[in-house]
Amino acid sequence: MTLDISRDQALDLLRDMIRIRRLEEKSAELYSKQKIRGFLHLYIGEEAVGVGAMHALREDDNIVATYREHGHALIRGIPACEIMAEMYGKANGCSGGRGGSMHLFSAKRRFYGGHAIVGGGLPIAVGLALADKMKGESRVTACFFGDGATDEGEFHESLNLAALWKLPVLFLCENNEYAMGTALYRHVSDRDIANNPPAYGIPADSVNGMDVVAVERAVHNEAELVRETSQPRFLELKTYRFRAHSMYDAELYRSKEEVEEHKKQDPIENFQARAISDGLVTQADIDAIEADAAKEIAEAIEFAEHGEWEPVEDITRHTYARDLS
Amino acid sequence: MAEFIMPSLGADMTAGILAKWRVAVGDTVSHGDIIAEVETDKGLIEVEVFESGVVERLLVEEGEKVPVGTVLAEIGAESAAAAESPRKADASHRPRGALAPSPAHRAGSTGPAAAPGSIISAGSSDVDLDGPLASPAVRRRAHELDVPLEGVQGSGEHGRITLDDVQGVAQGGAAPAPSSDRIRISPYARRIATERGVDVSQIRGTGPGGAIQANDVLSARVPEPRKSMPAAERMQRAIAAAMTRANDEIPHYYVEHSIDMGRALAWLRETNASLSVSQRLVSGVLVLRAVAHALRKHKKLNATWQGGEAVPSAGIHVGLAVSLRGGGLVAPALRNTDEGSLSDLMARMTDLVARSRAGVLRSSELTSSTITLTSLGERGVESVTPIIFPPQVAIVGCGATLERPWVVEGQVVPRPIMRVTLGADHRVSSGHQGARFLSTLDRLLQDPEKL
Amino acid sequence: MTTYRDAVRTALQTLLREDSRVFLMGEDVGRYGGPYAVSKSLLKEFGEERVRDTPLCESTFVGAGIGAAVGGMRPIVEVMTVNFSLLALDQVVNNAAVMRHMSGGQFEVPIAVRMATGGGKQLAAQHSHSLENWYAHIPGIKVLAPATVQDAHDMLLAAVEDPDPVFVFEHQMLYGIEGPLDTEATPPSPWKAAVRRPGTDVSLIAYGGSVHKALTAAEELEKAGMSAEVIDLRSLRPLDRETILQSVSHTHRAVVIDEAWKTGSLASEISAILAEDAFYELDAPVARVCTLEVPIPYAKHLEEAAIPQVDRIVEAAKRTVGDG
Repeated sequence: MTLDISRDQALDLLRDMIRIRRLEEKSAELYSKQKIRGFLHLYIGEEAVGVGAMHALREDDNIVATYREHGHALIRGIPACEIMAEMYGKANGCSGGRGGSMHLFSAKRRFYGGHAIVGGGLPIAVGLALADKMKGESRVTACFFGDGATDEGEFHESLNLAALWKLPVLFLCENNEYAMGTALYRHVSDRDIANNPPAYGIPADSVNGMDVVAVERAVHNEAELVRETSQPRFLELKTYRFRAHSMYDAELYRSKEEVEEHKKQDPIENFQARAISDGLVTQADIDAIEADAAKEIAEAIEFAEHGEWEPVEDITRHTYARDLS
Repeated sequence: MAEFIMPSLGADMTAGILAKWRVAVGDTVSHGDIIAEVETDKGLIEVEVFESGVVERLLVEEGEKVPVGTVLAEIGAESAAAAESPRKADASHRPRGALAPSPAHRAGSTGPAAAPGSIISAGSSDVDLDGPLASPAVRRRAHELDVPLEGVQGSGEHGRITLDDVQGVAQGGAAPAPSSDRIRISPYARRIATERGVDVSQIRGTGPGGAIQANDVLSARVPEPRKSMPAAERMQRAIAAAMTRANDEIPHYYVEHSIDMGRALAWLRETNASLSVSQRLVSGVLVLRAVAHALRKHKKLNATWQGGEAVPSAGIHVGLAVSLRGGGLVAPALRNTDEGSLSDLMARMTDLVARSRAGVLRSSELTSSTITLTSLGERGVESVTPIIFPPQVAIVGCGATLERPWVVEGQVVPRPIMRVTLGADHRVSSGHQGARFLSTLDRLLQDPEKL
Repeated sequence: MTTYRDAVRTALQTLLREDSRVFLMGEDVGRYGGPYAVSKSLLKEFGEERVRDTPLCESTFVGAGIGAAVGGMRPIVEVMTVNFSLLALDQVVNNAAVMRHMSGGQFEVPIAVRMATGGGKQLAAQHSHSLENWYAHIPGIKVLAPATVQDAHDMLLAAVEDPDPVFVFEHQMLYGIEGPLDTEATPPSPWKAAVRRPGTDVSLIAYGGSVHKALTAAEELEKAGMSAEVIDLRSLRPLDRETILQSVSHTHRAVVIDEAWKTGSLASEISAILAEDAFYELDAPVARVCTLEVPIPYAKHLEEAAIPQVDRIVEAAKRTVGDG
């Protein structure tokens, strides 16, 4: 079955997935060298979700994401430089160095974080959608969260409220089968996550999150429905992370065999192979993409390395609108 | 040459154990290959290498625990072959997985805690080792003034509490310790008391638990609040108290001598001719140095009276009497007056006088004099008969150096003559010793180059 | 003369009328007319879009308020009482308080949250908390405690206008009190404490429901020949250190009245401030009159014994002033 897309589309999708992959690999290296500190959650293996979704959503839509958001942020349009600088903690980072890896924000790109409390972003997404509805805007608020978030009360409350008040939220559940170290079947009573939303009157669908084209199509369809009906919808994206939950995770909770098995579905390798066999993309294209990605990352590191540290004297800035003293 | 370092694998990871090497020296590795397994608190983590090349050296053995950032291996460029025989991290050399004591680990461990520095030598006589270091005289005084010794900072050697320390606290000075269980007083009341120069030890408190409150201070019958600075008053009182005691308790004897300062002054002129203005020496520094050197020979005069006997002082620290504007007087010590060059001593003396006048002396300077020198020459008087500063046992007073008719080899010639008076504690020395001291002093001043 | 609850309603009406970004949401604010009758008639006047009854999901409706504020609205979120607000603490602490900071200044959260607080109605342990100090602990949010009818009105207006998250605590015993309300006058800054009664012998420092008790205590003390100054803190974060210090600088004695439990209370905070900055003014230790360290009991006499009352305030003041 051939990919039903153009060469340009294929290149775009592939390029963006590779950019994320290389950024994440480099971030891992920088973390081990202590350039990036704190927690680091890599998106490796899940790239198709972020890329497909960002390609499907409009510039004007709102994005709320989790702490595993580097890929979403990058493809949304936050420059790699600013992401890297933010992870370094430098003042030229996209959050001014105040947030770090888990709290990438961009007002310009309607990227509302970067949230580290599981489930904590859902009410925010509901609120953004509420504001848009009250103002008569036709935006979609896309809210990314993991399977772990479906355990939290806020998940259920948010679905309920969004459905009740008919708010334009697109709930996007990136189900990578683990809530940190707890497998899906051990943290949800009904393994089919897509069964939850209908209980609140929200239509739900599932898609293979390792297939970037499928993701793009599905998110696009759902987003348009949200936009038209101004009512919430739910899409589960089945994916898998190839790396640990975060850098400091010995992965005692899953076997290497399982990971290897899932790696066979590497979204990049598979898409690349198909794109090549369909004649959409050549090895030369891929080499060029890799070279560009390497360059982009090298520049990002340079930018971050040369960034300034925010002066300690400014520490009370951004606590309140105006310094209280 | 690239380095593979112990990676940081988590926010709070400071060190890791290189549990197992997955490569050997000579192996080719590519970016992303698993090169080792690292044991962390959370379990065994496979670690990747970020460089490509040939493993040239493995620097850490399996089982070694090393800090994050430690170089674990060296990766050479592909073409470079490992020339020297590498040190292989061979499992057969070490029990697998055992935590071998690594050099780094051992180096980091601390031995038994070193004993805290400089224990007070128990050699000082008559010192009560069980409580704060204070002589019986000091204790008696503290009791009289109702000052608890526990709270007093001793400024004497080894933290010994001196009379001045006790005096200072009693006069409501800045005692570091609060009034402890002797005086309960509210912060506000204490502040008012200080401002008004009221002695809180004399006030009866009517607050809870007998605490002194503001009203108690305000209604205490006190003399007019003085307008002068509390510090100056305190000093005046301290001097008064000390002088009274000296007069009461120390049997003074006095020996006087006239010293021909001709040679000293001539030498001074000659020496100063080649010095810049700021470096020039004054005759006072010669006298100072001479007194110090003389004390080396006449140790009995360089002592303090403690608990009924003279305790020889370890060093020679001549206190220089400095008068202050406003009528105060201090006699800070020039520590080790007998050591160093004359120009050093000159610089130190100048600095000490300046700081005395500015009021920025160290407490050790105020309390560590072993003898005092008071020169009233500048005031133009011929001589001074000084009172000893307790607990010192001697004091040297100098008058002005004046041209006088003098007999030299049968002829009457004008000579610059300085009258020196030694006041000394007759419990410690006698006129004989005093006289010999002055003789020595004279002799020293005739040979100024040797000072 | 207006009641406290009417004053709040008046403020709500003004806000809803004058600013289309403003809307009210919370449990039973619409059809029920508000659990304390504050929002009575508002649904009728402004409709369901502007006066929204929420499901019982404190975390999500506070979070949604935060999201709506980020998205450009000026929501007034009513959490029925501070007791239920605990469910929303994560959204408050991890979103409202930190969004501005975490985003490097890109996003602000101009949300106003109103909550009823305090005990005294025999509502027992789960319904009688005073947790203003938990909120006042968090940098990034502001906390107000109106104790008068005028403040109940003015402070809400200020809270909604403020670009930062502001939490307004309305003591449940105050809803029925009456007082003058002037809607035309320029209000004083909400961030300053007020000297409700000048005095010279001791400063009685209180907030919210305790202010009136402090005033009553001051009257009793006057009969006993003591002149007590009563300070109404008004703003709990930021605390008006200046007014507090000024007061104690001339009375030299302080009694802090706080309906929270003493441990880790705002009274403790004020005591520390006095120790740090008014040490040399204090003629006696600072006294704290707080709720006893027990869950609030149901039985009337026990509840009264637990919560600060006028007699305990008077006794503490007398002890502090002493016989001198």
